[in-house]
Amino acid sequence: MRRRLFKNLITAPCTEPVAEPTDQFEAAGEALRGAIARRLGRSLAIREVDAGSCNGCELEIHALGNAFYDVERFGIRFVASPRHADVLLVTGPVTRNMREALERTWAATPAPKWVVAAGDCAAGCGVFADSYACVGAVSKVIPVDLVIRGCPPTPTDLLQGLLWLLGGVGTAAISRPAGS
Amino acid sequence: MLKALFADSSPDRAHHGWPRVAVDADSWRAIGEALREGKLDLLGLWGDVGAVQCALYEPATRQIMSASLDARAGRVPSLALFHAPASRLERAAGDLFGIEFTGLPDPRPWLDHGRWPLHHPLAEAPRPGVALPPYPFLGADGPSLHQIPVGPVHAGIIEPGHFRFTASGETVVRLEERLGYTHKGIEKLLCGKSFDAAARLAARVSGDSTVAYSWVFARAVEAALEFQPPPRALWLRAVMAELERIANHLGDLGAICNDAAFSMMHAECGILREQTLRACATAFGHRLMMDCVVPGGVAADLEPRGVEAILALTSGLRRQFPELIELYENTASLQDRTVGTGVVSSALAAEFAAPGYVGRASGRAFDARVCVPYPPYDAMPVEIAVRSEGDVDARVWVRIREIQHSIGWLERSLAALPRGPVHSGVRAVPTTSVEGAALVEGFRGDVLAYVRLGAGRRIERCHLRDPSWLLWPLLEAAIEGNIVADFPLCNKSFNCSYSGHDL
Repeated sequence: MRRRLFKNLITAPCTEPVAEPTDQFEAAGEALRGAIARRLGRSLAIREVDAGSCNGCELEIHALGNAFYDVERFGIRFVASPRHADVLLVTGPVTRNMREALERTWAATPAPKWVVAAGDCAAGCGVFADSYACVGAVSKVIPVDLVIRGCPPTPTDLLQGLLWLLGGVGTAAISRPAGS
Repeated sequence: MLKALFADSSPDRAHHGWPRVAVDADSWRAIGEALREGKLDLLGLWGDVGAVQCALYEPATRQIMSASLDARAGRVPSLALFHAPASRLERAAGDLFGIEFTGLPDPRPWLDHGRWPLHHPLAEAPRPGVALPPYPFLGADGPSLHQIPVGPVHAGIIEPGHFRFTASGETVVRLEERLGYTHKGIEKLLCGKSFDAAARLAARVSGDSTVAYSWVFARAVEAALEFQPPPRALWLRAVMAELERIANHLGDLGAICNDAAFSMMHAECGILREQTLRACATAFGHRLMMDCVVPGGVAADLEPRGVEAILALTSGLRRQFPELIELYENTASLQDRTVGTGVVSSALAAEFAAPGYVGRASGRAFDARVCVPYPPYDAMPVEIAVRSEGDVDARVWVRIREIQHSIGWLERSLAALPRGPVHSGVRAVPTTSVEGAALVEGFRGDVLAYVRLGAGRRIERCHLRDPSWLLWPLLEAAIEGNIVADFPLCNKSFNCSYSGHDL
């Protein structure tokens, strides 16, 4: 283990430099830190809520934490309790069996709070939209501030979405929820 | 055993993939007896309008057969009465179709939480939904016992489900799972769809196994229509399936170690997983390879650039992965948490026909790629990794070996890829109902699909059985007698799918 740690110490980080193809993502991250600093004092706490997704979105949200994307360097972290959260990141077509849990999680999150609906299902346009067992878009259950589409959205899409929420630039993959 | 059981019935000629015979209630009970005696494995059990069906595997002959029983009278004998693994499957079939399983030891609803607008939503004529009384959890009484309710919203970025722990101090006396929160009504959505539209739904039953689901669905449809996709397509499907296996195993290895507070391994495995997903995106156009396998073949050919990306990945893994294995093996504090933790006995693994690495870590040498081989694994076999300890460590080792085997298989297969088209239109239009069934080894274990196509090739009934159906009950057994703090380790070493189970 010591050898490995030493090797990691003397080799460059995996975190991609700005000149790499994901430089757009890097720029998004830097700008996000600024936006968070203005509104929340340099940190954004996210509580992820799976409201019935196929778990594809969860895999990509997980990827945000790996060494390539490393969202924590921008002050973004995932928290265990909605009581600690600024943002609820909700995935899935909101199954009827999860509706109450989602409502309660939202009620347990202190204001100011934002809700991001991530993925086509949460946006209301996924493949499960017409089911007897699904409510549909997250916005039918709790107020949504931002929709990030994709099946599933890539880690880059996700971070850019969070940036947009806090006053950064928008991208084609992101849209405001209808009626807002 | 299968032959003797069904000696006087002839298989249905409309059913392909493996034989299906229609049986009477007495034969159905005889199946129950055979399951109880351990002569057969229960692969799945599902409802239909006016019928119930089960798929059986005989380890001695490596044969699969389905049996169906008329349920128009509304009730059938319970197999769970003989064979506990059938319990949740029957409870689910009861919730969805309103079939009553006579003698079912646990008649509590399972998927139905009393929140749906329909009662028995897949029955011929569903009634309006009914509210249900609070779910009665099983008891565990005694001095100094306390309960820890967890979920459905958990502390991490994971799927929703409820765990009810009863603990004595730190030791878990009983864990009871309450699932069904992610029930999306997929089986009802599938009904009436064209098989192309249905393929998109099948690909989203469990996102981490999207390739396995797309493949098993495609195989079932192709079996029903007696259609054989071009050879190159079959090989590309397997290339995707092995990439999916590597990516998931890498992610879980890191996560298991992370749950033992060894975050370095999590970081290292996360890097390799990300590299795998990027290679998938380059080779097949999607990081998780969703909708890349379709009935008739695969959606797009693998270009030379994609082959290069995969070979670059495998050579990178060959360089970096052994160091991580060494790290796992030589870290005493990590081994202290994984060795001897969360043991699944080989008897339980055999009884539940435990799929995937959970079964193989407890001595059940079953892998659909080897035991019921399908192309291209019949032409280029894979090795099975088997351990007998049944603990978290054994499951880690099975996964380590599977990553290594998959790396080797990928390299050999890319050198042997047949040329030719990767998709051909499925033209057959059946005039009557045709049925197909298939089994595909996903990363988590074998995924089963049953499809019945009607006139116009619309789906009349499709059932997709996730390996998690047979794994979730074993997790309850694995954690018994362990400390609460070891639950995340056990849970991650299983990594059951909630969505795949809840459908």
